This record gives sequence, structure tokens and C-alpha cells, in this order.
Amino acid sequence: MDKIDKDLLEKITDLHKIELGAFNIRKNGQAIDKKSTKEIEIVPKKDKSGIDVFVKPNVKNKALHIPVIITMGGLNDLVYNDFYVGENSSITIVAGCGIHNSTSENSVHNGIHSFHLEKNSQVKYIERHIGVGNGSGGKILNPVTKIYQKENSSLHIETLQIGGVTSSIRKTFARLGENAKLEVQENILTTDEEKAETEFKVVLKGKKSSVEVVSHSVARNNSFQKFKSNLVGENDCFGHVECDGILLDNARIVSVPMIDAKDNNSSLVHEAAIGKIAGDELVKLMSLGLSQEEAENTIIKGFLMG
Amino acid sequence: MLKIENLSYNIFEDEKDREILNDISLNFEKGKIYVITGPNGSGKSTLVKIVMGIKKQTSGKIFFNGKDISNLSINERANLGISYAFQQPVTFKGLKVRDLLDIASHKKNDFNTLCDYLAQVGLCAKEYINRPLDDKLSGGELKRIELALTLARKTPLNIFDEPEAGIDLWSFDNLTNIFKNLKNTTNIIVSHQTKILEIADYVILLKNGKVVKIGSYSEVKPFIENATCGKLRSQNGQD
Ligand SMILES: Nc1ncnc2c1ncn2[C@@H]1O[C@H](COP(=O)(O)OP(=O)(O)OP(=O)(O)O)[C@@H](O)[C@H]1O
Ligand SMILES: [Mg+2]
Repeated sequence: MDKIDKDLLEKITDLHKIELGAFNIRKNGQAIDKKSTKEIEIVPKKDKSGIDVFVKPNVKNKALHIPVIITMGGLNDLVYNDFYVGENSSITIVAGCGIHNSTSENSVHNGIHSFHLEKNSQVKYIERHIGVGNGSGGKILNPVTKIYQKENSSLHIETLQIGGVTSSIRKTFARLGENAKLEVQENILTTDEEKAETEFKVVLKGKKSSVEVVSHSVARNNSFQKFKSNLVGENDCFGHVECDGILLDNARIVSVPMIDAKDNNSSLVHEAAIGKIAGDELVKLMSLGLSQEEAENTIIKGFLMG
Repeated sequence: MLKIENLSYNIFEDEKDREILNDISLNFEKGKIYVITGPNGSGKSTLVKIVMGIKKQTSGKIFFNGKDISNLSINERANLGISYAFQQPVTFKGLKVRDLLDIASHKKNDFNTLCDYLAQVGLCAKEYINRPLDDKLSGGELKRIELALTLARKTPLNIFDEPEAGIDLWSFDNLTNIFKNLKNTTNIIVSHQTKILEIADYVILLKNGKVVKIGSYSEVKPFIENATCGKLRSQNGQD
């Protein structure tokens, strides 16, 4: 592994100081290293690119790292990762994709993930996406996530995309069983001419199932973000979506809410607020001695990383 | 150390000018405690916000240690040594109490230092430093943290806008002690509270945007009672 590889890996995994357990590292479309443990088995797919991950039942507090790095232009990487998490298990999965593209050709990563959570299982899924390198080629990411949660399972997703990704279209679909709980925290920064789109569809099928989506976006320069969510309540369930956006320069953010209460016991809320950086926050920080620019950066950093 | 000269502030409302502050001139001496009091809406917050640079005067000048600061930005004034604790503390999305204390004191503080800042205002650091400074904190907690931020700056001029608001009476003596212990600094406190008025070297009474009286608390006290009555009567339309 060279310096660029290490830098990228660090950027997409450093926040999570969890003991390295099972892992699978993918570079430029190839699996370059992997380790299974007795609790977490990683099996390469035979018919296509990607892995199946089997977490045994009753596994407690283990970690799995599955970073992807791309250090070349002209690559269109398509990978399928499927996670099967056994009953009563709790694990943290750290994923993410770092693209370093200094060429004039596009680098594309399409990660298609599916999560199958058995009863009472708990998963924390952390995903960081970054693009670096000053080539004119695009750094493009299109993650697709399909989630199937059984009774009493819980999934907590943290997505962080902090700049440098030319274009991303992120699609998430979830189906929740009885008392299943899904939490999503998505933080996205776009700058320059970047575009980021997010689309959620969550079907709350089980009784007392719940979903909470919090999206924080910051759009600078001429960038564009679109946030689309669709909650479908098919039972006595609870859903809450909060889309909070900060606009700078000539950027644009569009929020498209859809909530469909098919069952009259569902309680679904969509809140969206998009606007300039809050004036009183700026004034407060400036009164503590920060320049306007420092104050703006502090607010944005807190909003995205806090 | 702070001098306000012929300061006026007008706003344009209902197609005409409305005078919020009218030709105010004040001189604040180093090391003294000034309490600005007066009825709701008399212009107290407006006056101190103009000093901090948060609002811009319509006319008049402000001098700080002899330097004309009338046209300086908020942060330029802050860095010259002026602090302002807001009447309504500002909340943030994503900044923690410790982040704000670090910003206020211009350094990365260790736990013990953070502890000292918060202990002064009666808060236990362990419970607060990593909490987001957002509206999940209670009104009184926010006020105390606002106070701690101002104290952490250790500036020669401190302005507190109704610091007692939301603070339980039980902690009142601690609050007045904070001001009494701020040695060698100049403190301007906007307040309605007797206990705070009592620690003032000078009380400044504002009414309808004008300074009505300035002097010791006992000198100003009779005027305060009149001012409040006057305001209430006019609000009830019996004036
Ligand atoms: N931006 C504004 N637009 C309209 N009116 C304003 C504005 N700012 C201040 N005012 C008015 O100016 C007057 C003085 O307000 P200010 O906040 O200074 O009062 P105060 O003395 O601090 O009152 P309180 O004791 O209630 O805090 C009030 O009548 C207020 O409504
Ligand atoms: Mg006020």
C-alpha cells in the first residue's frame, strides 16, 4: 500500500477507533486484502463482484471494516455487498469510499449494499465518502442500500460526504418489521459544481416500527443538493424526517417530502428548513472574536461533524 | 474607558421614523460597575448592542480607550476587549459547550480549566462540556453558559444583558459575587433586579430611549419607581 492508499484509508476510517476485527479492503475494483473472524465470515461472491458477510447469532460488539479506495481514472467499479446479521448480534460496520483521481477520466464507484437484520440484532453502519485529487475527471459515487429489518432489530446509519465528490446519487430502501428501529444521520457538503442527491423510501410494515432520518446539508458555490424522502406507514408506527440545509453563495438545495400514512395509526412527520447560515449564530461567534469567515467555517464544521 | 457621544438610533416603521435611542451621552470609568435599568422597551438592549457593534447607530460616536470604534465590526470590537453576554443566548446546531468555551478563551482548554469556567456559574463541567449548546438546554442553563463564555474571555469591558433572567433566586448571591469579584474590569449590567442594582457604583435609568437619571442607586431609586409606573400607566392607556 502506498501513501495515497494510506491517506485515503485514514480519511474514510480514522474517526472510528474501533479495534480492527474482520475486514475487506477493495482497491481499484479488486479485493486486495481480507480477514474473516470466527464470528464474522466474509465470502467473495462467485457470480459477480463483491462479498457476502455472515455475522453469526449472539455476536457482541464486534467490528467489520470494508473500505474501498480508488486511485485511478477511467474506472467504473460495481460491487455488491450483502450483510446477513444473525439473531441477537450487535456489530459496527465501517464502510466508505475514497477516490483519489488526478486524471481527466471519471472514476465511478457503485456500491450496492443489502442488510438483512435478524430478530434483536443491532447494527451501526458508518459510511464516509470523499473525493480528492485535482484531475478534471469526475469522482462519482452512487451507493444503493437495501435494508430488511426483522422484529426488534435496530440499524443506525451515519453517512458523511465531506466534499470532493463530483456527483453522487444515494438511494436507500428499507422495510421494517415489528418494533424495528432505523436511524439515519446523513451529513453532506457540496462545493463548486458538485451535485448530491439522496432518496429514501422506508416502508414501516411492522407494528411499533420507527424511523428517524436527520439530514444536514451544506451547499456552497454553485453546487446542488436534492433530498427526497418517502415514508410509508402500514401499521401503528412512527416516522420522522428532518432535512436541514445551509446555503452559501449560489448553491441550491431542494427537499422533496412525501409521507403516506396508509394505516391511520401511523404518525409521520417531515420537517425541512433550508436557508442561509443563521445570523444570530454568526453574530455570537463574532462577538467572541472570530472573523465572519472563521465564524462561518466554525458553524459549518459543527453542523456537519458535530 | 468607554465613552458614548450623542448616540441616536432610529428605525423606520409604518412609513415613519421611530426613535429608539435619543441623543445619549455617557462616560464609563475603568473598574466600576454600571447597572442600566428602565422599563421594558426603553432601549437598554439596543444601547449595549450598539456598543458591541451588533446594531449600527443612526448617529453619534463611541470611543473605547480613546479609540473611535463607531464603525468597527463586531469582532474588531471583541478583539479590542469588549464582551457581551446576550439577553437571549444563541443556540447552535452541532457546537458543544466546550467548543464555545475554547473559542471564547482563544485556546484549547483542558478539563480542569473548563471546569473552572463552569464552576463560576454553578455548573458541573462533567455534565455540560460535551453537551451541544442547543435548545435542549434549559433557559437557566443557557443563561449560565452565556455568562461563563463572557467570563472566559477575560476582557477589560464586560456587558451583561439581564444576566439574572432565568437564574433561580437561590443562586442570586453567587451571581452578584461574580460581578463584585471582577476586579479591574469595567462592567455594564442591564438589569431590573434590586440585588444587582445594589452592587452598582452607578445606576443609569433609561426611559423611552433617553437617560433620565444617573447616580448611585439611592439617588436613582425614586426615579425608577416613577419610570416603571409611568410605563405601566401609559400601557394601560390611562396616561
Ligand atoms: N429591529 C427592530 N424592529 C422594530 N422594533 C425594534 C427593533 N429593535 C428594537 N425595537 C424596539 O426598540 C425598543 C427598545 O428595545 P430594546 O430591546 O432595546 O428594549 P429593552 O430596554 O432591552 O427592553 P427589555 O427590558 O424588555 O429587554 C422596543 O420598543 C423594541 O420593540
Ligand atoms: Mg433588553
